[in-house]
Amino acid sequence: MNFAMTDEQRMLVEVVRAFVERELMPHEEEIERSGILEPALLESLKQKAIASGFYAANMPADVGGGGLGTLEVTLMEQELGRTSMALSQCVYRPSNILMACQGEQIERYLLPTVRGERMDCLAMTEPGAGSDMRSMSCSARRDGDDWIIDGTKHFISHADIADYVILFVATGEEETPRGPKKKITSFLVDTNTPGFEVREGYRNVSHRGYHNCILTFDKCRVPNSAVLGVPDKGFEVANEWLGATRLQVAAMCLGRARRAFELASSWAAERKQFGQTIGKFQGVSFKLADMLTEITAAEYLTYAAAWKDDQGAMTDQDAAMAKVYASEMLSRVADEALQVFGGMGLMDELPLERIWRDARIERIWDGTSEIQRHIISRSILRPLES
Amino acid sequence: MKVLVPVKRVIDYNVKVRVKADQTGVELANVKMSMNPFDEISVEAALRMKEAGQASEVVAVSLGVQQCQETIRTALAMGADRGIHVLHDGELEPLAVAKMLKAIVDKEEPGLVILGKQAIDDDCNQTGQMLAALLGWAQGTFISRLEVGDGELKATREVDGGLETVALKTPAIVTTDLRLNEPRYASLPNIMKAKKKPIDQMSPADLGVDPAPRLETLKVVEPDKREAGVIVADVTELVDKLRNEAKVI
Ligand SMILES: Cc1cc2nc3c(=O)[nH]c(=O)nc-3n(C[C@H](O)[C@H](O)[C@H](O)COP(=O)(O)OP(=O)(O)OC[C@H]3O[C@@H](n4cnc5c(N)ncnc54)[C@H](O)[C@@H]3O)c2cc1C
Repeated sequence: MNFAMTDEQRMLVEVVRAFVERELMPHEEEIERSGILEPALLESLKQKAIASGFYAANMPADVGGGGLGTLEVTLMEQELGRTSMALSQCVYRPSNILMACQGEQIERYLLPTVRGERMDCLAMTEPGAGSDMRSMSCSARRDGDDWIIDGTKHFISHADIADYVILFVATGEEETPRGPKKKITSFLVDTNTPGFEVREGYRNVSHRGYHNCILTFDKCRVPNSAVLGVPDKGFEVANEWLGATRLQVAAMCLGRARRAFELASSWAAERKQFGQTIGKFQGVSFKLADMLTEITAAEYLTYAAAWKDDQGAMTDQDAAMAKVYASEMLSRVADEALQVFGGMGLMDELPLERIWRDARIERIWDGTSEIQRHIISRSILRPLES
Repeated sequence: MKVLVPVKRVIDYNVKVRVKADQTGVELANVKMSMNPFDEISVEAALRMKEAGQASEVVAVSLGVQQCQETIRTALAMGADRGIHVLHDGELEPLAVAKMLKAIVDKEEPGLVILGKQAIDDDCNQTGQMLAALLGWAQGTFISRLEVGDGELKATREVDGGLETVALKTPAIVTTDLRLNEPRYASLPNIMKAKKKPIDQMSPADLGVDPAPRLETLKVVEPDKREAGVIVADVTELVDKLRNEAKVI
């Protein structure tokens, strides 16, 4: 086993960190306070990201992306995770599922998205279908050569700035030995398609400036060429391409936790109470020891899963373990880091209260902690059950 | 014209430097090291010349321990064409560095050497000037602007009280100041390409230079802790304190 970074990995980490510190972090406060990432700022940061080659670094080189492997993408995500979601999204990594584009979809969706001219969002969740995605009721039915889509999606991240949605809808039902099961199809739908509306979503505690939206489809007509992959095989496409997004969540958590930890350790070494720095109190210093131990454990879990993904050997369980552990670790670390700061930790003068608020969502999206544990436990027990 | 850019590996500017317990120097173990920020500015200046068609090749040179290759790789990832590494594990003083750079200049024959005005570790601010003297070349130090002409450079220097512009005949030496430019980030494609760019390794002996220090470091100590200030009521009290307590007037 070799745990050392290559020269390229080291430079990637250094340069992305410098980019985050110099270009992104200076805007944190204004976005946290206004809740808005101004379009002009998004555009200028995006252009800088494009110039440095970080934009779409996760996409293969032959479609114009950076051609990074999963481990490198993970290291990069970790650095981007040090700043807020709204800002890190300016260095956009399009959804890998776009690699399933075929024919004219390549020119229309994949390539312009990699170039930064168009932006995707991805919609599965509905008010009535969260963890149980297959119970979705948003549906599409055939009408001649077209499909007619009806229904509602919610919690859809950054749909307000997206040009099109990678949409998952029910397209009928099939009988299985375990009862009827919905068939799911994935579509690419432009946000300006008649009958499709992107509405303002809910205001939430995490990720200011990075909005979630409600999508409504009312007899929205799309051609058959809008199907991504094969009709009724939507989840197959998702499973083939979206497994690594849980590693992205894990990696972001690593970056945030590192930043919180660094803030807390410098504070512990500076802040004086009872005539000495608070780090001299074991009640504080042991917190730091636990934080770093947990961060490091989460890092190795995540890097190992990413490395396995590069070898084509990552399992659902690997991704689930990294996601659940890193996201729960972040919640603990953010909470303890804030505790080390005392009252000041809650004030928006420091990035800690943001990290603490933002941490909460990581245990929910991309599969809740319970669902990750379900995946892990199922893969433990299934082979043992007769 | 070929441009030579020396790049030094120093403690990262974000690191809180700590003096070693035995007072022989500063703690380097497990400390993040980076390219001297002034050298990043030099690399950027050279790359801009290349992009403007004023330079044909940018060569990054570093002198010191094996890990200096990381610093050279960083310069290559920013866009330099190739690297030269003079491997030496011991301490290197500005004069030794200048002598070795002279030997490299004799071999490489660049039209311009761009150095940082100083390195942020020892702040010596000597290497560029010594190199110019050893070579007998024109020098423009602390420059905040560089115009490249035919066989001539116009360098604007930041001097006390204003800016001074000097004309230099090439080959020449310039040393960079903070306001010359804002260095670029190494781009992802260049990071990937950097691995394939060559780095020549050599020793001080190959260059015919004895790098043994001429100075002896007696001890290194932390600066005195700054005491908290006081607010004075009026000018009379201030003058009184300056005269009788601080004893500076
Ligand atoms: C800000 C934000 C942005 C989002 N962005 C997107 C997006 O871009 N696209 C998208 O499609 N979705 C998005 N989501 C949706 C997200 O993925 C879902 O919130 C998540 O899958 C959980 O679904 P739910 O919220 O409906 O909770 P539910 O599924 O209703 O879960 C409620 C609780 O029940 C538990 N539970 C459910 N089933 C089980 C079980 N089998 N075993 C044990 N416990 C269980 C859950 O763990 C949870 O604790 C986003 C969500 C948020 C909050």
